[in-house]
Amino acid sequence: MFDNRIENVSRRGVLRGLGVTAGLVLAVPVMSRRGMAAYSTGADKMPHGTVNDPKVFVSIAPDGVVTIIAARSEMGTGVRTSLPMIVADEMEANWEMVKVQQAPGDEVKYGNQDTDGSRSTRHFLIPMRQIGASARTMLEAAAAKRWNVPVSEVKAAHHEVIHVGSGQKLGYGDLADDAAAQPVPDVATLRLKDPKDFRYMGKGQIGIVDLHDITTGRAMYGIDTRLPGMKYAVIARPPVTGGKVVSFDPSDALKVSGVEQVIQVQGWPWPSKFQPLGGVAVIARNTGAAIKGRDALKIVWDDGPNASYDSVAYRKELEDASRKPGEVVRNNGDVDSAMKSAAKVIVGEYYLPHLAHASMETPVATAQVADGKAEVWAPVQSPQGTRDDIAKTLGISPENVTVNVTLLGGGFGRKSKCDFVLEAVLLSKAVGAPVKVQWTREDDIHNDFVHTVSAERIEAGLDKSGKVIAWRHRSVAPTIMSTFAAGAKHQAPFELGMGLVDLPFDIPNIRCENPEAAAYTRIGWFRSVSNIPRAFAVQTMVAEIAHATGRDQKEMLLELIGPARIVDIGPTVKDFWDYGEPVGSYPIDAGRLRRVVELVAERGQWGRQVPKGHGLGIAVHRSFVSYIATIVEVAVDGKGKLTIPRVDTAIDCGTFVNPERIQSQVEGAAIMGLSLAKYGEITFKNGRVVQKNFDDFKLARIDEGPMVTNIHIMPNGPDVPPSGAGEPGLPPFAPALCNAIFAATGKRIRSLPIGKQLQSA
Amino acid sequence: MITLVVNGREQHWDGDPSLPLLWFIRDEMGLTGTKFGCGHGFCGSCTVHLEGIAVRSCSTTLAEAAGKRITTIEGLDPAGNHPVQKAWREVNVPQCGYCQSGQIMQASSLIARNPHPSHEEIREAMAGNICRCGCYQRIETAVHLATTGA
Ligand code: FES
Ligand code: FES
Repeated sequence: MFDNRIENVSRRGVLRGLGVTAGLVLAVPVMSRRGMAAYSTGADKMPHGTVNDPKVFVSIAPDGVVTIIAARSEMGTGVRTSLPMIVADEMEANWEMVKVQQAPGDEVKYGNQDTDGSRSTRHFLIPMRQIGASARTMLEAAAAKRWNVPVSEVKAAHHEVIHVGSGQKLGYGDLADDAAAQPVPDVATLRLKDPKDFRYMGKGQIGIVDLHDITTGRAMYGIDTRLPGMKYAVIARPPVTGGKVVSFDPSDALKVSGVEQVIQVQGWPWPSKFQPLGGVAVIARNTGAAIKGRDALKIVWDDGPNASYDSVAYRKELEDASRKPGEVVRNNGDVDSAMKSAAKVIVGEYYLPHLAHASMETPVATAQVADGKAEVWAPVQSPQGTRDDIAKTLGISPENVTVNVTLLGGGFGRKSKCDFVLEAVLLSKAVGAPVKVQWTREDDIHNDFVHTVSAERIEAGLDKSGKVIAWRHRSVAPTIMSTFAAGAKHQAPFELGMGLVDLPFDIPNIRCENPEAAAYTRIGWFRSVSNIPRAFAVQTMVAEIAHATGRDQKEMLLELIGPARIVDIGPTVKDFWDYGEPVGSYPIDAGRLRRVVELVAERGQWGRQVPKGHGLGIAVHRSFVSYIATIVEVAVDGKGKLTIPRVDTAIDCGTFVNPERIQSQVEGAAIMGLSLAKYGEITFKNGRVVQKNFDDFKLARIDEGPMVTNIHIMPNGPDVPPSGAGEPGLPPFAPALCNAIFAATGKRIRSLPIGKQLQSA
Repeated sequence: MITLVVNGREQHWDGDPSLPLLWFIRDEMGLTGTKFGCGHGFCGSCTVHLEGIAVRSCSTTLAEAAGKRITTIEGLDPAGNHPVQKAWREVNVPQCGYCQSGQIMQASSLIARNPHPSHEEIREAMAGNICRCGCYQRIETAVHLATTGA
């Protein structure tokens, strides 16, 4: 059903057609196309916005094969399938005749390529539809001209254009050259398909484009690049962020069979955005020899300013800070006096540690630097950013840098940071040959841009009737901005907007505070970012209040959300960041939040009888402008061992393109959520990461996964703006699981990971 | 000189006998379908068949592979139509896809020895293969499909 191999279609012959002529780039924001779109997005605020030129994105070969450019990076979300599928549907191309080609980093040509923030569908649905509709219009015009009939008498369908009167037909291959000669239509005149005529969009019936290659081992990831004369490198990096090499002795390493060279790699003073950490590289004829050579290196390090970073001490610092007032980032009503008047105050203190991304493919990149030019092959989420950083690092212009984007063996935000590509570029330049830099798993765990660590403290004041009248949430966590600017100690608007200041509850007195926190390592964004701690804290607190007042958790949740309405967070939030979207299109909609809770409760049979030792937990969270609610059923045995008989998740991500991939993203998010809840923890001692590999940074395995995962997608019409699907599944999982554990055992988990906490229960 | 047979063809190696089979297959032979994930037997990304049984190529040295028949994902089926591969496509299992060579080699080894594994047996046999993207439910479904046709 999902095998879309097109081996039977000839791919030979030079591609001719729409893409041959130099394309006219229409980097016009979606905003200006209000005639077409029922909504506006933040796409035009992203660097280089969007491009909707069919000549850039579509070419047709004489044999009828349609090549569609994928300009966003594929890391498992299905974007390399879903966006081209939109084009194919609009242009009436048959999917079996479509070939997808990955774009190199070039945002002027393709529009923004920064694949993160769960933005691809929401920013590119309309431009992709316009590209497809333009191509269809050009094919129709070419056929009408050939037949010398009015264009109103012809119609494109199923990869050919038909003359309605005579029944004559011309295939897309036959029309390729003529269509390319047609002017690109003005978008204002474009006719987009009626959604009832969609063949692929919204259906979820086609497999991912790389399916056959993946299942036969032919798919090309970053690690799979091979160039003639290529050398393999691994690097010994400073064990502490900000450390540097004092001296090193390469003699034993050079004795290892297969090792060719040992060279020092330049490092930058911390913090340095995405610049390499520096260290000592071993260059060899294969990766195994390079690793063995590195084991034989003797290096004296200067550990630098972060040598005393210690997770036990730091946790105490964060928790202390969370108990004192901090910078007020949202204020409604008068929390202090409401707390004083409260009949009962419930306090919840939550702690969530650093996490490593641990994408299955570790960071890896291949570079060839010669004659003032650089070309790289790399699994990057941000190919244009990588290109710019390479240019800066080498002191050449971006025009002399080519970034070829491979498949990504997972990304989760790690591969937005191109330090590993810069290492390859520096080494290729030094060695004078193509170099592949391979990170081992230990390198990945030790030198990640880790997910932040945070203390979240919530106080809820209740009146005599048990109604929540006051809410104070203090969130203390080192900011991602600390990776860009020394001394940044407060969360940026984009972090505060992830589940703190956007609290959608109907409570008259709300105050959110952000006490300061210094960073001692590289902090980076990790799938769903600050939503992980915020959703955990808020959704656990809701369950705590429900328990304290003898209420049903779902009823409590709905009461706190309040009536269906557009939530006004008030005037005190400075620079409110709504995932970069215009609030008009993407308001905080309490009605949609309620509806996912109600949907999951109905489909997931909230309140059903479960066996002894089992429990149900629920959580809901809005992130990446989508609404997601999850119910977890957990079973805990006498030894504290968890199993998960069933998970139900309801997602409202607006109008959608590829429900089958939304489903897979949400299924996967449950597993990632389970991993971080059960095991996820990166700790530091003497400035060094304690964990090394999958033996001590554990991930959930198949035998721990839910027995059943049901995903319920809210049906939405085409006018509901599309929203994120890659990240939003993650935040509600851990609190739903821990709320279920409480229901099963009476043990409240306030600190992650769960680790051994249930063994003492 | 070490001699081994990979996907039916004889290979020779006169370098370091402690080189992990993984890097010989990938870097020296250029068969990149077999992936690196951890280097220590924890994740299963590097799974190949040695005399028909799934092993971790990152933790198998060339000395240990000497004289043995090795099959990689590229050699599992000439047309890529092993029942496990077909089932994987039917279920649209992969997300990023990176772990899937190893998953498929593990699953094909399982069903060669146990043509009708129960769900419990599938979970047990596949527990050495990590999928960071979390495709586990579909992996289980696909293995089941490959063995039952249902
Ligand atoms: S790479 Fe061999 S088990 Fe992980
Ligand atoms: S599909 Fe990405 S690691 Fe398994």
